[in-house]
Amino acid sequence: MATYTLTINGQAKEVTADADTPILWVLRDELQLVGTKYGCGIAQCGACTIHLDGNAARACSIPVSQIGEQKITTIEGLDKEAKHPLQEAWREHDVPQCGYCQAGQIMSAAALLKSNTAPTDEDIDTHMHGNLCRCGTYLRIKKAIKTASKNL
Amino acid sequence: MNKETSTSRRNFLKVSAAAGGGLMVGFNFIGCQSETAPAEVMKAYPAVWTNFDAYIKIGDTGLVTIMSQNPEIGQNIKTSMPMIVAEELDVAWKDVVVEQAPLNTEWYERQVAGGSQSIRQGWETLRTAGAKVRKLLIDTAAEQWEVDPSECSVADGIISHADGRSLGYGALAAAANQKELPEKVSLKDPKDFKIIGNSKRNVDMDGILTGKSLFGIDYTAPGMVYAAAVRPPSFGMTLTAYDDSAAKAVAGVSEVIKFGDKIGVLASNTWAAIKGAKVIKAEWSQKEEAEDSAYHTETLLAHLDKKTAEPRRVDGDVDKAFAEADEVVERTYQAPFLPHSCMEPMNFFANVTTEKAELVGPIQTPKWTQQRVADLLERPLEEVTIDMTRMGGGFGRRLYGDFALEAAELSSLAKKPVKLTFTREDDMLAGTYRPASAYKFKVGIKDNKVTAYHLIEACFNGSMFGSMPSNFPCGAIANYRVDSHNIESNITTGAWRAPYANFLAYAEQAFLDELAGILGKDAVEFRLALLEQARTTPVGEEHNYEVDKYAGVIKLAAEKAGWGTSKPGKHLGFCAYFSHNTYVAEVAEVELVDDAPVVKKIVCAVDCGLVINPLAALNQIEGGIIDGIGHAMYGDFTFEAGKTDATNYNKYRLIRMGEAPAVEVHFVESHNDPTGLGEPTLPPAGGAVANALHAASGKRLYKQPFVKYYEVLG
Repeated sequence: MATYTLTINGQAKEVTADADTPILWVLRDELQLVGTKYGCGIAQCGACTIHLDGNAARACSIPVSQIGEQKITTIEGLDKEAKHPLQEAWREHDVPQCGYCQAGQIMSAAALLKSNTAPTDEDIDTHMHGNLCRCGTYLRIKKAIKTASKNL
Repeated sequence: MNKETSTSRRNFLKVSAAAGGGLMVGFNFIGCQSETAPAEVMKAYPAVWTNFDAYIKIGDTGLVTIMSQNPEIGQNIKTSMPMIVAEELDVAWKDVVVEQAPLNTEWYERQVAGGSQSIRQGWETLRTAGAKVRKLLIDTAAEQWEVDPSECSVADGIISHADGRSLGYGALAAAANQKELPEKVSLKDPKDFKIIGNSKRNVDMDGILTGKSLFGIDYTAPGMVYAAAVRPPSFGMTLTAYDDSAAKAVAGVSEVIKFGDKIGVLASNTWAAIKGAKVIKAEWSQKEEAEDSAYHTETLLAHLDKKTAEPRRVDGDVDKAFAEADEVVERTYQAPFLPHSCMEPMNFFANVTTEKAELVGPIQTPKWTQQRVADLLERPLEEVTIDMTRMGGGFGRRLYGDFALEAAELSSLAKKPVKLTFTREDDMLAGTYRPASAYKFKVGIKDNKVTAYHLIEACFNGSMFGSMPSNFPCGAIANYRVDSHNIESNITTGAWRAPYANFLAYAEQAFLDELAGILGKDAVEFRLALLEQARTTPVGEEHNYEVDKYAGVIKLAAEKAGWGTSKPGKHLGFCAYFSHNTYVAEVAEVELVDDAPVVKKIVCAVDCGLVINPLAALNQIEGGIIDGIGHAMYGDFTFEAGKTDATNYNKYRLIRMGEAPAVEVHFVESHNDPTGLGEPTLPPAGGAVANALHAASGKRLYKQPFVKYYEVLG
């Protein structure tokens, strides 16, 4: 066990964890930030997507010991008022079905819109390829990303 | 039309009092405000709530709480079922707060998520519940005003009299609660609906978008330990010995407990529990047959030439007709086992103490699971409670409470509150899979007409159920027979989104497409002609479909997709199927991109009766189609020596965003009672795609997943 000081959603948090613990489980079990979901544990489904210094990362496959100074953003901290253009677009298009993968989808999409403010269908397909949705809400996710890109 | 709710008010109050009133608030979950346009401001939070029945609480400010009785797995009933209550209660949707109801078999009928039945079977009960409270409130106002109730009208929770007086539900609630609910009420004429038929957003939207604790896997309780489990690595194995010394050395692991053929690892966090489970050295013995996919295929195919002693349906004499036929056509279709792949892996919370067993988690069958937990722990049913969380998918997997029973057993042995979580590998290895199956279709053709139709099913651990042997084209063919072989396997199987229909639809509709080609007929005309025959000269006892509704969706889909018109570069495939009380037709549009066929679009026609919540209904339809295409194309799940070859998404392919085609949906306008949409758009998707791929390439597909048997596909 070791102690780590992490910057999560703009706040410094001290946690004690085994060095190899994926940041996913530190967020969920130690800090009760349960919006970041466990889906596969091997970075294949994207349900655990967070931002490290603004870039999308799979929290299930990054040990807490490798976070260092990188700033973590989770779905809980994406927007103070939960009014990020993506969250607003998700409301407009009523995107979720079961809802389990949606935080990861939004975090992946938010990273995309940071680097590409007007993504094409192809850009979206490529960037979102790592996020699974068994309910099959892909068409709405794509529409919502496009709507959000117009409201950045 | 009128139907009494199962709970009379007197009975309700008695139950409520016995439970100390605490059960009314759905566990520790905060009520979810219904989504409304930003300009609409909901009423203030009340100081006093009045409970009317199992569904409705009215606050003194006029805010209304509606309980959602069924488990939510993504089918959106947590929004659409309360919409039905709100419609008949006549309140503004902006003033409705939805709460998940507790499991209570005295208050609610059928607290189950399954078979696309929640809306269909809840329809009258939910309407009646709303209408009774509405009438009670009107009667109360009329009494206070000393007028006849018929002189009062209601809109958005405000009762008005022609003389100008008006009172809100909030002001009337306490007085109304002193009176008995009416025994009988009349329900609205559908043309007066204001909420039903208008899109309302998911009531859990804000929680989903901000990462709130909604799902079973998110649940925590004071003193709770986290658990993972080691289960037999292959089917047919039992535990003989194990060494847990390495597991106990993992930081955070507190206890290792053997239960049955499984070993539970308890720890201070999920990761420690998973790590501990990984380093347990267990020895196993193969007590039963270690089955593999070659055995499954061989066994299924071996049954397809045999009739059974008890056929599922017989009209006329197929053998005689085959003997007299000009031509006999036979085709065989094969499906693999499939895992459910709920994005939220199986998990459950249990706290078993000397007084009670409290369970919380994602479960499609809370009532059945409550009974099974009581049986397992040998405790009276009243001591077992189950609270339903939102579920990260169900698809049939969460009908089976094995994970809840495991959590209960671990908690009982550890004497601690336990949350058990499956890893994805656990989830794929210990599934209740869609069973592998094979179907043979044999038809006799005489004078270019189908005179005999024989369907033989071979399936592991089950066979088509209910009225499925009387599916289309039963009723249209003089000599018709269905035989089912139910073959035992030690691989655990169960319902998987649209059970049996999820593969049978493709098999039947791909076969009919090929048959139409052999007969030189258009695929749509051929189906319509068979339906016409079932209408004019029906064969045998009843068939399970209505000709007009079936033909209705076929015609609508064909028209909207431009069937029969020339569409350069586009290749169309047709499919229609009736399942779960809903009629669906789908046309797949395939284009060749660099010589490889790509599914670009699905045009879908649906007859599900009244549409309660159009935006959500479209979501279910789009999702069902994409899910159906994904599994038909990519779902490759095989066994070697009793063990699944794939254990995670690196080896098991699910459809991804770029592979999802556009979906265009057309509803048949209807005022019939609503049916369901969670399942019925999935079955036709595979058939539509297979038939379009044939149109594009001339190749017929007889096995799923298509990518495995169609070399051109990526």
